[in-house]
Amino acid sequence: MNQFLMIMLGLSLTMMNCHSGDPIEAILTDAPNVPPPIKRNYPAKIIAHLEVKEVTRPIADGVDYTFWTFGGHVPGKFIRVRQGDTVEFHLQNHPDNKMPHNIDLHAVTGPGGGATSSFTAPGHESQFTFKALNKGLYIYHCATAPVGMHVANGMYGLILVEPPEGLPPVDKEYYIVQGDFYTVGKYREKGLQPFDMQKAIEENATYVLFNGSEGALVGDKAIKAKVGETVRLFIGNGGPNLISSFHVIGEVFDKVFTEGGTRYQENVQTTLVPAGGSAIVEYKAEIPGTYILVDHSIFRAFNKGALGMMKVEGDENKAMYSGKEVDSVYLADKAEQTQAIAQAAAASKKGTLTKEMQIEAGKNLFMGTCSTCHQNNGIGIPGVFPPLANSDIVNGWDKQKLIAAILNGLSGPIKVNGRDYNSTMPPMSQLNDDEVAHILTFVLNSWENKGGVVDTEEVKVVREATLRPPGAAK
Amino acid sequence: MRLLLLAAICIGQFGLILAAQSAEKGMAYVVGGILKPFYPPSPKEREIPVHTFWMNKFPVTEAQFLQFVKKNPQWRRDHIKRIFADKQYLSHWVTPISLGNKINGEQPVTQVSWFAAKAYCESEGKRLPTENEWEYVAGASDKKPDARKDLEWRNRILDWYTKPTPSVFPKVGQSPPNYWGVYYLHGLVWEWVLDFNSSLVSSDNRENATSPDKNRFCGAGALVATEKDDYASFMRIAFRTSLKAHYTTSSLGFRCAQDEKKS
Repeated sequence: MNQFLMIMLGLSLTMMNCHSGDPIEAILTDAPNVPPPIKRNYPAKIIAHLEVKEVTRPIADGVDYTFWTFGGHVPGKFIRVRQGDTVEFHLQNHPDNKMPHNIDLHAVTGPGGGATSSFTAPGHESQFTFKALNKGLYIYHCATAPVGMHVANGMYGLILVEPPEGLPPVDKEYYIVQGDFYTVGKYREKGLQPFDMQKAIEENATYVLFNGSEGALVGDKAIKAKVGETVRLFIGNGGPNLISSFHVIGEVFDKVFTEGGTRYQENVQTTLVPAGGSAIVEYKAEIPGTYILVDHSIFRAFNKGALGMMKVEGDENKAMYSGKEVDSVYLADKAEQTQAIAQAAAASKKGTLTKEMQIEAGKNLFMGTCSTCHQNNGIGIPGVFPPLANSDIVNGWDKQKLIAAILNGLSGPIKVNGRDYNSTMPPMSQLNDDEVAHILTFVLNSWENKGGVVDTEEVKVVREATLRPPGAAK
Repeated sequence: MRLLLLAAICIGQFGLILAAQSAEKGMAYVVGGILKPFYPPSPKEREIPVHTFWMNKFPVTEAQFLQFVKKNPQWRRDHIKRIFADKQYLSHWVTPISLGNKINGEQPVTQVSWFAAKAYCESEGKRLPTENEWEYVAGASDKKPDARKDLEWRNRILDWYTKPTPSVFPKVGQSPPNYWGVYYLHGLVWEWVLDFNSSLVSSDNRENATSPDKNRFCGAGALVATEKDDYASFMRIAFRTSLKAHYTTSSLGFRCAQDEKKS
């Protein structure tokens, strides 16, 4: 009897120990980076430490938000394991945090996906262990009440369970997660913006973002590849509310593992990524240039921030594409241009701002904010959008009236350069006083207009003296 | 019901006069009434009577807790049994019996366990408030005894909840008092309540037979809640439920309460 027990005990120990070797500490990475592919040909015990941090950081230029994060950034750290691995998961809730948190990994088979075993007070740590049974790309997220708010504050990330044979090798792998955010202030309204519960319930997003901030994937932070390289994007959508129509302008996806599953579709233009879901996208970089990543629910891209970039470097291939880079208008209000604006802002603080700096910054702001209607060359669209070039309103109105038009908008019948217009210009009061001054200085000194300078103080005075229409930023 | 509420408000005015008389005790007189709990224990218990009681106007301060620890050395951080408090207990003090320069004695004490908080109140002949009592008083704005449907007031509370814990707490009692004369139930620190874990362990679970109580948090919880957009209440209950009695955190303090007859 004793012998029998010993054998049973031995057997069960062997079964529990079906993975071999010492436990391995998981390599976790911040987006857009992905941990290296797994070279193991055996399942192992993986130990993962993930620390929850509540942090205040920029959500857009000049706008701060208090994010709740898995590891300090949005999205949370990328976790990469192999099918069959046993994962010992440690969730640490930083002592300075105010909230309890937990984690629901969609890769976990078990109650709450781990949430019921990982509910953790500030300054404490929980541990649970799961076996990665299913291969695929999975979202993880916090599931502490109020769940919607924890997710809306950025508590999500991706865990990849590689098949035993691994994924086919590629040259570049990147990690991108879309999320929607709800702030009390309007889009780009400056300052620390609190979470807006009512907007979240109404699913009326203020921001739709890749990797947790506007500009997380633009300019220097764009993802990169060389001509001829194969690229794999691990795409997630944290939600909380919106489904993503993920698209890369100027690129056809060779393969899409839809919903992060096992099968792939080929030659895809736009792929749906559900809230709380994922997709694996693969393509070959063939033509050099800057490619724009968007949620093709397109107002989200241009008015709520769902815009990133991939820069492909290498030789032109005129046989496939004749030249002229990807539409520069799309890039206009992002990336490179922000440098001139930043310089002007710094100079303004120091008191060393010059007219030339204002014009340069104003030009970039104009291209981002105003040119959509008034056009890059200021001529507008006859009968629809009035001209600013050689324009009798720009040259005839006083500065206060021009400033008020930008801050408060303008609508109704108006005659410009002898032609009738009757449309609506929305208030642009989300621009700060510096920015309005730069734009007007640029306009006054362009396209044969009369010249002059508008300074920040003048804008401030008008902002204080006039009323914004209901719903506009202050 | 309306009559009852009216009665409660009338007595409330009278109570304020009484409260003024016992100001030296640092306690506010809270006239009983009806609490509509955020998570009703069962569908039949959507209205819970709260008896008249006394509540400390302010959270217990660092200096007050230091005095307690000096008088009751078994609650010093170097003497306390581990089952009564985790390793972080009073770890922000310079020594087991001194606050150090960085802590102002008028800040609310934090890093205290439920056991320690309970012992402190008992040493003064008081007790911790129950969750229902705490929520009843916390539902009052500066003007109304029940402001829980006031969206602006709700958002103000939520605003505090969404900010990380400051490295230095403000002193207690710097905000205006609420309707009952109680300060800072929101906006300073979380507070222990006597039955902090009762949100999970419901006394009558039959109506929820198919959903184990722990799951009330995620799916079932959202269904049971009476005010689905009262995110502040969700967060308080989530916070309390994450605690164990020996836990301490850097944003969790307490205040004491007392039954009416004992005053």
